[in-house]
Amino acid sequence: MLPDKNGYFGIFGGKYVPETLVPALEELAAIYRQVKNDVVFKKELHYYLTTYAGRPTPLYFAKNLTLLYGGAKIYLKREDLAHTGAHKINNTIGQALLTLRMGKKRIIAETGAGQHGVAVATVAALFKLQCDVYMGAEDIERQKLNVYRMQKLGTKVIAVTSGTQTLKDAMNEALRDWVTNVRTTHYMLGSCAGPHPFPLIVRDFQAVIGREAKKQILRVEKRWPDYLLACVNGGSNAIGLFYPFYNAKKVKFIGVEAAGAGMNKPHTAATLSKGTIGILHGAKSYLLQDKDGQVSPTHSIAAGLDYPGVGPEHSYYKYTGRAEYVSATDQEALAAFDLLAQQEGILPALESSHALAYLRKLAPKLDHNKIIIVCLSGRGDKDMEQLKEKSNIKMTIYDPK
Amino acid sequence: MNRIDLKFKRLKAEGRSALITYICAGDPTLHITYELVLELERSGADIIELGVPFSDPIADGPTIQRAAQRSLKHHTSLSDILELVRKIRQKSQVPILLMTYFNPVYQFGLEKLARAAAGSGVDGFIIPDLLPESGREISRILRKHKVDPVFLVSPLTSSKRLGMINRNSSGFVYYVSVTGVTGARAGLPRDIAQRAPELKKMIKKPIAVGFGVSAARQVAALSAWFAGVIVGSAIVSIIEKNIGKKDLVAKVGRFVKSLKS
Ligand SMILES: Cc1ncc(COP(=O)(O)O)c(C=O)c1O
Repeated sequence: MLPDKNGYFGIFGGKYVPETLVPALEELAAIYRQVKNDVVFKKELHYYLTTYAGRPTPLYFAKNLTLLYGGAKIYLKREDLAHTGAHKINNTIGQALLTLRMGKKRIIAETGAGQHGVAVATVAALFKLQCDVYMGAEDIERQKLNVYRMQKLGTKVIAVTSGTQTLKDAMNEALRDWVTNVRTTHYMLGSCAGPHPFPLIVRDFQAVIGREAKKQILRVEKRWPDYLLACVNGGSNAIGLFYPFYNAKKVKFIGVEAAGAGMNKPHTAATLSKGTIGILHGAKSYLLQDKDGQVSPTHSIAAGLDYPGVGPEHSYYKYTGRAEYVSATDQEALAAFDLLAQQEGILPALESSHALAYLRKLAPKLDHNKIIIVCLSGRGDKDMEQLKEKSNIKMTIYDPK
Repeated sequence: MNRIDLKFKRLKAEGRSALITYICAGDPTLHITYELVLELERSGADIIELGVPFSDPIADGPTIQRAAQRSLKHHTSLSDILELVRKIRQKSQVPILLMTYFNPVYQFGLEKLARAAAGSGVDGFIIPDLLPESGREISRILRKHKVDPVFLVSPLTSSKRLGMINRNSSGFVYYVSVTGVTGARAGLPRDIAQRAPELKKMIKKPIAVGFGVSAARQVAALSAWFAGVIVGSAIVSIIEKNIGKKDLVAKVGRFVKSLKS
């Protein structure tokens, strides 16, 4: 069972944090161990996931897209239809219930695209917790709508102007807040990254995606899928889909990272393809860095993928070959965004568009009887303003002829 | 006995506590850091901590973050800083520890770094994002080369962990006075005096207290309880305010002298 008791997935993961955070991480691990198999806790979690967040989310057969690509059958796991518009709510409801059990009254979080921030602000309102969310100044600019949403929900959004002013720096600031206010505050980390036990807890709360998908695909297809496809930043939507299929070795996992303007450019966010092993934000994992160990600036059109690190379990999957990691550029993601809108009437998040973009390479070369499930991790409403400003960019639409 | 042990032994015999001063190497330039280290020693610093800048310093407040940024603007590397210490050693035997985060250390290579550090005259490492249980390997390697791994204790550390941290640290143990990041604070937490006896019971090595100490009266008060008192951000702020001025080094020296009075 991974991670081991010290939080390692093979050589990845662990706990690389200031001493001050040790009791809080131990408390979190202990409370999670306690409730993990507790019937009351599971019931409560299930109650909120179903009656509040709208689970299970549908598994939708994307017929038009399947016909267009002319290969494998494409199914979309519709996390975009979960309350607040992304998979992030699965994790925040779970962590909110843990927070209540720890008796903490304040939560903090980092956010990139603002989807995690909105999901945190949502549970803060629901469970009457005080809430501060750190967000890079650049991300505030490109995801303004989510900033307003968080504010309407009663959360204070704190602009981070240090470093690259994106997710990495928001996380630095959230960790500094946590070190300072750890006695009263829970840090609601938004991905399967950070120090142990976060990668474990977030993965387990997100695994509802894969558990549902498993049941749903068996119901309609009477068999398991051949490929699972998801975008990867920290990697929580991907691990949520992949993990329940871990032992089904014939099911191939493909994670799609952001290549920014292209893999040959200096700044991408394709950590697993271009990174080397290092330590950032509490865990050992692949990392985009220079030879001195300074963390590299990143670029992606999708704020929620624009981060130089990745969750340790993905590093382990890469290292052991269990999953394959590829990348999609800004332009490919934009094209996939348009294509899904026009073919299926669904506006995907720019993050999810990276997973969709890889379909173009994968689906046509597969037989008609093969099955791909794509995690549609979020909806694109939050991106409309950013896209409107970019509409002078010529967007290419895939033409199969 | 290395330079750190000798220093604490001598100070103990004299009935004094160590004044430990932090500056970030390469802020504003490596050459000025060289002059600053010599000036710090002349002005009464007993031990020097040299910050090795890191892009994502999660245990540091704004003052030291800015210092790291200034240093990284000209790509100061760990190798540069080892070279600097080697140069300082031609003039001074003041104990020097490098304070940095684990990633630059890890990228350098643990064995290679320990050897290079010992060769340059570095006496110890303080790595605030490395817990003793995650740092077993580096501790072993550093000790093999007679370089001290110094681990930290926080106000929230359990007494069970205190024993473990004591065993894993060499030279001294760093007591972080507050839950928080580095940065000058006007007042110090009231529980410090209460905490000191428990710390001393569990920790058999000299204990140095840091984070937030910025004024002579704080240094004097803490010296009554601890074998060492660490001042960082207050000095870094003086450097920041005097960048480009001819008397930067002298001003830092005057401030450090004032801390001892
Ligand atoms: C819709 C959506 N998908 C994916 C991600 C990436 O996060 P993760 O890799 O943890 O799923 C984000 C992050 O903001 C997001 O908003």
